Amino acid sequence: MTWAGKILRINLTTGSIKTEPLNMQWARDYVGSRGLGSKYLISEIDPKVDPLSPENKLIWATGPLTGTMASTGGRYTVITKGPLTGAIACSNSGGYFGAELKMAGWDMVICEGKSPKPVYLYINDGSVELRDATGLWGKSVWETEAELKKTLQDPLTRVSSIGKAGENHVLYASVVNDLHRAAGRSGVGAVMGSKNLKAIAVRGTLGVGNVRDPKAFMRVTAEKKKILADNAVTGQGLPTYGTQVLMNVINEIGGLPTRNHRDVQFEGAKDISAEAMAAPRATDGKKHLVTNQACFGCTIACGRISKMDETHFTVQNKPQYWGASGGLEYEAAWALGAANGVNDLEALQYANLLCNEEGIDPISFGATVGAVMELYEMGVLTQEQLGIDAKFGSAKALAFFAEQTVNGRGFGVEIGQGSKRLTAKYGHPELSMSVKGQEFPAYDGRAIQGIGLAYATSNRGACHLRGYTIASEVLGIPVKTDPLEHEGKPELVKAFQDATAAFDSSGLCIFTTFAWGLADLAPQMQAACDEAYTTEELEKIGERIWNMEREFNNAAGFTSKDDSLPKRLLTEAAKTGPAKGKVSMLPVMLPLYYKARGWDSEGRPTSETKKRLGL
Amino acid sequence: MQKILHINPDKCTGCLQCEMACSFENYGIFATAKSRIKVFDFHETGKKVPYTCTQCDEAWCLHACPVEAITKDKVTGAMVVNESTCVGCKVCTIACPFGTINYVQETGKVQKCDLCGGDPACASACPTGAITFVDANWTGLDKMKQWADKLGNQPSAS
Repeated sequence: MTWAGKILRINLTTGSIKTEPLNMQWARDYVGSRGLGSKYLISEIDPKVDPLSPENKLIWATGPLTGTMASTGGRYTVITKGPLTGAIACSNSGGYFGAELKMAGWDMVICEGKSPKPVYLYINDGSVELRDATGLWGKSVWETEAELKKTLQDPLTRVSSIGKAGENHVLYASVVNDLHRAAGRSGVGAVMGSKNLKAIAVRGTLGVGNVRDPKAFMRVTAEKKKILADNAVTGQGLPTYGTQVLMNVINEIGGLPTRNHRDVQFEGAKDISAEAMAAPRATDGKKHLVTNQACFGCTIACGRISKMDETHFTVQNKPQYWGASGGLEYEAAWALGAANGVNDLEALQYANLLCNEEGIDPISFGATVGAVMELYEMGVLTQEQLGIDAKFGSAKALAFFAEQTVNGRGFGVEIGQGSKRLTAKYGHPELSMSVKGQEFPAYDGRAIQGIGLAYATSNRGACHLRGYTIASEVLGIPVKTDPLEHEGKPELVKAFQDATAAFDSSGLCIFTTFAWGLADLAPQMQAACDEAYTTEELEKIGERIWNMEREFNNAAGFTSKDDSLPKRLLTEAAKTGPAKGKVSMLPVMLPLYYKARGWDSEGRPTSETKKRLGL
Repeated sequence: MQKILHINPDKCTGCLQCEMACSFENYGIFATAKSRIKVFDFHETGKKVPYTCTQCDEAWCLHACPVEAITKDKVTGAMVVNESTCVGCKVCTIACPFGTINYVQETGKVQKCDLCGGDPACASACPTGAITFVDANWTGLDKMKQWADKLGNQPSAS
């Protein structure tokens, strides 16, 4: 077991709260979190539903290992149909909220309909209430969490909430918990806002107790923690430098998208790198990085906690940003920095704090600003329209756009619609660096061929976390492949995508896969849940989940045409670095990927494939 | 040799493995709410601090207990609550200056750290060495060593 066996169904339109037993057959077949939550969503909504309508549903899902002593066992996933993409949206977060929800005795919370007025959901073990949130509407994530703890007179309450961005339907609004951990991508926060649901506050005291074989579980999880501790990436690189360890590495291999992917190397990379965060500042002699931090149950502890320079132009006389808070991770540092040509570390952190404070995805926001800056330099957008001189490299413009976007002011409203809609509106859709409407993360598909294919085929739009082939193509995990080579990548992408889907569904963090494979997950799942979870079974479950998500997207209206990359990556060669002269070989890789997946030429799973996977 | 829990907050990442290990040892479940060690997150400074009973020799809880439910374990040195004697009056929770003995409403008794009978689960579970179980007479050993190392590494005056 270790599933709580119970789900909460909240109808926000009527205010009804129901408890249902978990569908145990589905739990066995789709595990939990991403897989199981998606199974529920897909079984219950029309794939063509308007994502911001009451007919869409929004699910918080934990996994069977969430809330246990397995390392990194604190994850939860927010699942819905995404407003940025129109595809399935599935965003995973750490912090402490997920484990608290599980310890309160719930595998999942399903929210339906739309509340007539702002509400929050209060879960105190088995006691569940919808409460008025009129007074919280318009408040930030940070204010909401503080006020709820005060109102509930319980400092141990954990909160998952939206800020103003979610309320204003910024299409890449996030759901934030524990101040700076986020279900960040695809606009899950906008769906929460559309339902007039401000927050879920949870206190769980029941715990997780139904481990199948407690002795074996304690033994095997301890063994696997040792593997994480002894591994160079999870034991040293990530705790010391965080994901930011990648900034200089990816720049050196010419895969750091710069100035809206015009370039693949950024001359300012070193100024915004992990090394820069750990060096004393010229202004006050203090280090930007204060410490690393773990999420619930995590023995890696990659999180960054940073403190800003109080004299920096962005935070002068704003003491609310002077305390220690969630610092720059690689994706945010890239999107807010290299993607816009900005090398001012403090300005990046200010924008990052605003993303956490009001709940937006720094990747989609930063990449959209990159497109705006390019349109500005082309003369398509003017200073008068934007309210600022927005040349590439302007830290002032970045900070200004962050303020405008999270507060829904001026041109920030348009930036809040994402790069696809914004560039199309101004006649240059080719300048949106996105797939299925979701912006690219921090790796260039020309210099790292496999990740280009992973972006094009990701079920939630461009994403590095759906098949992180960087592990193999750059870091050599589990085996080194040549990033410039496209041969063999379709199979590599498929293998990463399937394994990731299984890890994401367990309740553990995908970062464990720098040191673990499915063969390390399997014995933990077996000891905790069921002996049936062999390595092979988990691989099959991952593939089943991938195909299920794909079928939903196909039914929602996506076709093989949407498995594409922007023209820039397919026709404009990389200008510098090891990939100089290269474009993405996606057109060669895609048919081979479909074949490896057992899909027809239109990207639809064949009936044999579906039968094999039990779909 | 008597041993004692030694806490180094600088090494704590806030993963709460200690809290889960504590609840698992005592109740067989993973429940941070039932833990006898608590990690405090001072997010304004980024500091995480694990905190639990330090096993006072002249224990306020022991002296305050009207039914003598708290006794000293001669082997481990831990102040241990005898659940069958405890009447749940909570006077010990008032007497303890540190807040590390607390009432458990589910059992109607109080609970505190008892050093797991001499092999504390929290220390075993801590992945960073923020919580260790060391010689009670030498909790300062690591700090002394750090300063000694500084002296040892001074270039020779001659």
